[in-house]
Amino acid sequence: MQSIKQQKALGKEKLERIIEMCIAIENHTADPFTLNIDEIIKIVREYFPHWEHPDELKLDAETLHHLASVIKLQSEWVKQRSTSLYTDPFLLEEKILQIGKQEMVNVFLKAWNPLIEFEQISLNTLAQGLLYWEALAPLSERWKDLDAAEVSMGFASRDELIKQGVLGDREFSEELNCYWQELRECVVKKGQDGKINYWDFIGADTYEETVQRAFLTSFLVTYGYATLEIDRLEELVFIKPFDKPKTEILTQQSTSVAIAVSCEDWQKWKRGELD
Amino acid sequence: MSKRKGVYGSKIKKATQMLFYKRHQKPGVKGWELRKALGSDYPKVLDLLDDYLKPLNLQVKTIFEEEKTPEKPTLEELDKARFYVTLRGDLATKDKLMGWRIDDLAGLAITISYIISKKGQAARKDVEKLLAEKMPNWKVGLNIERYIRYGYLGQDDNGQMFLDWRTRAEVDQKALINMLLSSDAQKAETAEPQEESSEEEEQENE
Repeated sequence: MQSIKQQKALGKEKLERIIEMCIAIENHTADPFTLNIDEIIKIVREYFPHWEHPDELKLDAETLHHLASVIKLQSEWVKQRSTSLYTDPFLLEEKILQIGKQEMVNVFLKAWNPLIEFEQISLNTLAQGLLYWEALAPLSERWKDLDAAEVSMGFASRDELIKQGVLGDREFSEELNCYWQELRECVVKKGQDGKINYWDFIGADTYEETVQRAFLTSFLVTYGYATLEIDRLEELVFIKPFDKPKTEILTQQSTSVAIAVSCEDWQKWKRGELD
Repeated sequence: MSKRKGVYGSKIKKATQMLFYKRHQKPGVKGWELRKALGSDYPKVLDLLDDYLKPLNLQVKTIFEEEKTPEKPTLEELDKARFYVTLRGDLATKDKLMGWRIDDLAGLAITISYIISKKGQAARKDVEKLLAEKMPNWKVGLNIERYIRYGYLGQDDNGQMFLDWRTRAEVDQKALINMLLSSDAQKAETAEPQEESSEEEEQENE
């Protein structure tokens, strides 16, 4: 004697198979009459009393929906067969294979009435073209050049790049290491359970500095120096440093977490209203 | 009375221009375009034009949006329909191949007949297999693409081929199948093919 659970599983499997078959018929990869509708309806009816959950009822409805599509295809098939246009495909295929190309063309020419269309230009269209050309602005006016002064190429020193803000005054990895140490110290001082509130760590006196800290923090997480813990219920984000950087993180597929660091949030944090 | 004749005369001229000259990518004119240009009595104008074209063995052909032609089309159905001018039939020039190579035309004829026999839809691979029986493989794909480009055939995402707007406009499907079934297969390959190379073919070869 099968348990109800087993019966349900069997029923689901049967319905899924029926749906697959119906889809194949809808995609014209199977004949609509390969499906015995009466039998299928019996199966659907047999398992219907077992369905309780919405996904089970959805599966049942989906089966009926696909069955309706198959019945429609069967009806179209019958209609097509009953029209005078219907000919036995095997007979026709045989004929097509036997017939020579000249004969085929002769037959086709009798049933073919090609479209008539002229592509001749007229004086009127020429005049319209000329008027359009006259009104058309030159390319130099339509595609204006970018207003950028041409500069010659040269070399820039590391000091110059640091001065211009392109590079930091420390190597990035060095900077990241120092930042990681800072995070660990912060957690010891202000954190709890080895983690600290994200805003308490990145928050600084100025908004610019806060953004810069958030930027560096993102690299701490990406490069395996720390991880994020998100409390979705309370909408809190914590950052938790690792004792040792986890380099294997870089080889794994990771998920991205977007954290907005808006000026408004920074002001709220400053006023102590963010929590 | 003469004024009325004059009005219809100018409407017929306008309709002739619209139907004969290509206005869009696809040939033919939509019903609503004709209504806008000729007025709500455009079906009557087209009937008159059809009478004028009869002695020239041309006809105004209406292709409705739905595959079936309604017995008494409503104005809405006519507005959505597309109107073309086609050959009426039994024309001496039809002996010529309208610029087609005989191989290509035979391939088109075979493909159309096959799709009709398959209830209007056939898998592309089956069509390719059929054409490859009598056509070099390299040409099969090229020809199918050309038939699609011209609007004779269409293909859906599942690789199923169907008859497209140009076949519906140009080919009398019922007549084709009847003639094909009643044709004598023994006559096959008797006549030497008369080939005409189309301009496009020449360009493609270049």
